[in-house]
Amino acid sequence: MLTGGQILIECLRNEGVDTVFGYPGGAVLPIYDALYDSDIRHILTRHEQAAAHAADGYARATGRPGVCLATSGPGATNLVTGIANAAMDSVPMVALTGQVPTTLLGKDSFQEADITGITMPITKHNYLVRDINDLPRTIKEAFYIATTGRPGPVLIDIPRDVSGGKAEYRDPGPIGLRGYQPRLAGEPAKIAAAAKAIAMSRRPVIYAGGGVINSGAAEQLKKLAETLMAPVVVTLMGLGGFPADHPLFLGMLGMHGSKYANYAVSECDLLLAIGVRFDDRVTGKVETFAPHATVVHIDIDQAELGKNVPIDIAIPGDVRTVLVDLLKHLHGKPDPAWNEKIRLWKKEYPLDYKKQGLRPQAVIREIASVTAGKDVRITTEVGQNQMWTAQYFPFTRPRSFISSGGLGTMGYGFPAAIGVQVGCPDELVFDIAGDGSIQMNIQELATVVNYELPVNIAVLNNSYLGMVRQWQELFYDRRYSQTELKNPDFVRIAEAYDAQGIRVEKAAEIRPALEQAIASSKPVLLDFHIEREENVMPMVPPGESINKMLG
Amino acid sequence: MRSNFSVLVENNPGVLARVAGLFSRRGYNIDSLSVSRTDDPTISRMTIVVDGDEAVLDQVAKQLRKLVDVIRVRDITNEPHVDRELILIKVNADPTTRTEIMQIVEIFRGRIVDVGEYTCIVEVTGDEGKIDAIQNALKPFGILELVRTGKVAMQRGTRTVLVED
Repeated sequence: MLTGGQILIECLRNEGVDTVFGYPGGAVLPIYDALYDSDIRHILTRHEQAAAHAADGYARATGRPGVCLATSGPGATNLVTGIANAAMDSVPMVALTGQVPTTLLGKDSFQEADITGITMPITKHNYLVRDINDLPRTIKEAFYIATTGRPGPVLIDIPRDVSGGKAEYRDPGPIGLRGYQPRLAGEPAKIAAAAKAIAMSRRPVIYAGGGVINSGAAEQLKKLAETLMAPVVVTLMGLGGFPADHPLFLGMLGMHGSKYANYAVSECDLLLAIGVRFDDRVTGKVETFAPHATVVHIDIDQAELGKNVPIDIAIPGDVRTVLVDLLKHLHGKPDPAWNEKIRLWKKEYPLDYKKQGLRPQAVIREIASVTAGKDVRITTEVGQNQMWTAQYFPFTRPRSFISSGGLGTMGYGFPAAIGVQVGCPDELVFDIAGDGSIQMNIQELATVVNYELPVNIAVLNNSYLGMVRQWQELFYDRRYSQTELKNPDFVRIAEAYDAQGIRVEKAAEIRPALEQAIASSKPVLLDFHIEREENVMPMVPPGESINKMLG
Repeated sequence: MRSNFSVLVENNPGVLARVAGLFSRRGYNIDSLSVSRTDDPTISRMTIVVDGDEAVLDQVAKQLRKLVDVIRVRDITNEPHVDRELILIKVNADPTTRTEIMQIVEIFRGRIVDVGEYTCIVEVTGDEGKIDAIQNALKPFGILELVRTGKVAMQRGTRTVLVED
């Protein structure tokens, strides 16, 4: 006989789980007791939200499901932001929560929260396990659901009498979910129709997103672009899915995309949308998005097809599988005039910034330059730091850019970097942060020091909530309401946690400071005092067409 | 445009909350929803009547299909089908009006299922038009209470919405 906690550990091992990010509490005592004897690595974060983000970062970096664990009530509710974040960005995650004993359920017991009810809209699926005999099947289903089809978070709520009860472990056998059968292949007729539309187009653009990375289709995407000689624009989630040093790469599109990316989309006659969801930050004014284009949309999630914009040829299916089939139908017939036009746009409207003073863009460029040739993974927080990174760091491989896209969660980057470093122990990890965001999970300095995780944090410190301030400057007559921050001394904070802190105030100091950080075996917080009112440009004003950009 | 969806779901706790939550958070208008167990105790069938344009109805079906506990979704509006609703109406009825009420009920092939000193309860089954009509016909007598089941629907002939489909 095993306890429910021991059965859970057995099931996690069967799923190949090597690491759990979590925080103990009363309702998970039997689970932690079983963990005590297990070879599964447990990373104790200092806040459950960080455990969820760390599991998310681990999953994005490795492609394997991230697992987080928290107690009932407040432990579980602290996971909520991390779960919502994973749901919005299609990240495979299994969240385990303790629950009050089944006899106390529904009685407003101590540390009781209806976490399956709370997380219903932000999970792909969730479970409350009322019977210890259901544990193996539930856990197997949860991992299957989280990792197949469009990936996403699955939560399993385990009452204390279930984890503390005893039963024989029985293999649950094969999965039989009548209501969940993700399909991978695209319909041949639709693929043929797409190939025909491609053959007829003169000005194609490929619009690629996170689906390319999730399905492991970067190779196929590159082949597609090169076959058609079609320029590639990517979403925030798509960065790394196509090499930024490739001549066909136009960078990010949308609100803070490059001008040439947005111009190309606005003038193309065929838009090949691959693993994307036509988010409002991408489309701007939806009525004028890609107005001349026949739109082909490939996505694993059928509900995304036609959700935000009308689609001419919709192909539900796994991006990689569909691209492999589609490539068989394609023959290159590029129009040199189109590529020439794009080349001129690139020359005329380059991404650029002022050079005097300590500019955040220069910090990003230096991080890229100093880590060139090394295996590096970048996480970001949310706001200006995130957009500058997306614009100025040339990502060349999938899963190397890890950022909160859909939910836009400040405080994501640092705990995510913990998960990334745990999942990729031999790689260099940087969290590019703002002075606002970093303070939302700054307690995790204790975690990186505790586990000797040499994560580097580059704080782009302007003593503002920079992105909100930018909007106030542009659209609210410079009325900086509640966006100026009185900050602590980040260097001394790092030192208090026994991490290293380096303050940088001049452009000339950027590179030596970065070299010092990389050489250090300790986690390092770099405090870059940047130009305070630098803006992220170009920018599409909210509700405007994407070819009407400021800056 | 109003559509009738026939939906098969796992008879799991919370399945109604998942479906209802989906409709509310995505802003779809439910006209009516009825649900109960089928001959297979592990499966429930829902009939959901939704109001929306073509794009909304398309999304309703797709979003419902994404729920793990939802097994089949079919819009049967444009297929030959039978739909029924049941209504109970408690109406004022004293000896002077009772005969007239009975005549109306007769016309609608309804039944009087309870008679009290001052009231009676009328039961009628039918499609929506008939239910609306009897409701209007009884209104002048004074309706005290009213309850409708919401629509249940089924395709005619050999067409089905089953797990095996």
